[in-house]
Amino acid sequence: MAVLATQDLVIDIPGRPDGAPLDLTLAPGQIWGVLGPNGAGKTTLLHTLAGLRAARRGAVTLDGQPLRQLRRKRVARALAVVFQERQDGFPATVLETVLIGRHPYLAPWDMETADDLAIARGALECMELASLEPRLVNTLSGGERQRVAIATALAQTPEFWLADEPTNHLDLRHQVCVMELLRTQAQAQRGVLLCLHDINLAARWCDHVLLLYPDGEACWGPSGTMLVPEALERLYQQPLARTELDGAQVFVPKATGAIKPPRPAAHGRHSQ
Amino acid sequence: MSGAEGGVSPAAAARPAIGSGRFVPPLLALLCLAVTSVLVAVALGSVRVPPAELWAVLTGDGSPLHRTLVLELRAPRALAAFAVGGLLAVAGALMQVLLRNPLADPYVLGLSGGAAVGALAAMLAGLGAAVVSGFAFAGALLSTVLVFGLAHGTGSWTPTRLLLTGVVVAAGWGAVITFMLAVGPTERLPGMLYWLMGDLTYARTPWVAFAVLGAVCVLVIPLGRSLNVLARGPLQAAALGVPVRALEWSIYVGASLITAVAVTTAGSIGFVGLVVPHMLRLVLGNDQRLILPAAALAGGALLALADTLARTMIAPEQLPVGVITALLGVPTFLYLLYRSR
Repeated sequence: MAVLATQDLVIDIPGRPDGAPLDLTLAPGQIWGVLGPNGAGKTTLLHTLAGLRAARRGAVTLDGQPLRQLRRKRVARALAVVFQERQDGFPATVLETVLIGRHPYLAPWDMETADDLAIARGALECMELASLEPRLVNTLSGGERQRVAIATALAQTPEFWLADEPTNHLDLRHQVCVMELLRTQAQAQRGVLLCLHDINLAARWCDHVLLLYPDGEACWGPSGTMLVPEALERLYQQPLARTELDGAQVFVPKATGAIKPPRPAAHGRHSQ
Repeated sequence: MSGAEGGVSPAAAARPAIGSGRFVPPLLALLCLAVTSVLVAVALGSVRVPPAELWAVLTGDGSPLHRTLVLELRAPRALAAFAVGGLLAVAGALMQVLLRNPLADPYVLGLSGGAAVGALAAMLAGLGAAVVSGFAFAGALLSTVLVFGLAHGTGSWTPTRLLLTGVVVAAGWGAVITFMLAVGPTERLPGMLYWLMGDLTYARTPWVAFAVLGAVCVLVIPLGRSLNVLARGPLQAAALGVPVRALEWSIYVGASLITAVAVTTAGSIGFVGLVVPHMLRLVLGNDQRLILPAAALAGGALLALADTLARTMIAPEQLPVGVITALLGVPTFLYLLYRSR
């Protein structure tokens, strides 16, 4: 079984101390949630794990082999990335966009086959996009585009999902729909890692959690041990109330009654 | 292009979604257009060659006058026009994907400016046509290296940085060109102006441009799907297994070279590289595997027809072909853009 792991990984955020090196193991069947305030490095970590960004130190390995030594195409067959931002300078249709998920499987001269089309249509079906197939992506709403991005990753049939806030722009039902899809993927022995802003989504769907602090410190482990008010309050600098509902923990921010003065912005930090 | 209200791609609704078969009808239609344009170009002119006579000439018959006219005078020029138009359109399509900017064209990176300065300098010095071409080619390459070196600068280049560097370098060349025109002797000015607006009068050997066009099509079409992915942004492309840096480098060098060949053959002809790819995108959708060969055919046909008009409209005088490409291209483009809403 494939494993995506990091050894003493320090992500490269200019001007930030190394903090805690990460020794993570994303195994098949697991769903990891990455939580942290804005600018903590969630997106940078995700891009580093995907091999799209050089690490400051340490390595990311896929099945024991350093990611940067593997061919990009091999990596693309194993890892699908759902980005937070996307470009549609030259808009394609929804179907064409999802079909590019099959790119890693095709040689330069190959055309997409009927199988590829079936996989893409299945992904569209799954994200309830079948009726939008001929539409141009730049005419879709934000939430619909987000679902197209997830369908594209689904068409990539990856072993690992690296998703940056996959529930962005989605209405409640589609948030649940996406999280359920990722759970199904995990049950089918895929590894899933998500950057999330919503603690409650993490509490409900993630079995492991990584907390990233703005100063580079980090801690990680099974969600039961990580999702405790003390740790989360320190993470977000925000008092929280916790309750239990339908067997799941629910965290709600407490009103602090005062707006803190803005802290000086760290230089050169990457936005989330 | 910008959002159609209904949002359905005109290309998507009608054709099947996969398989190379869906590319055949539009390419066949464009091939017919291309052949027709070259035939029209060799048939029309000061002496009109009727279709029956044209057929006779092409099959190795016909009167000596017509044979000379068609095979030695008009055919090389028509084929050169076709090849140059095809090269410019393909270069435009590539640059637009590379810079992810719909306003990019083959000249946006200052290429034509560099070529023009080279060509005009050779003309000012009173050198022959072959030297003018050589200087133009050298100028284009110099500009390419200059823009890339400056945009590269501290180690990273983004499309925006490359685009801005190109635009500014082009403005610099523009000033040099104006200076040369201002100080140039009066009798050389018409030749210089014609070169600046595109002129196929001296294009006697179409084969270089044609060979380059053929080679480019063979090399670039297998990259089509990678280019489709690249158009979604470099990060997404890398995540899908595209070697982004290598691909961007190849496009940049390739598009620059083919533009240099086109400019060297026919002077700087504006508008083909900008408008032809967009016209095709509006009608055929956005799959580079279709757009690139279609651009070669449509760009070639447009320039062959435009050059025919340039030769015949005010015969025996000739117009710069750039005037015609703009006069034909602007209304067609605006119509398609308007209709796409």
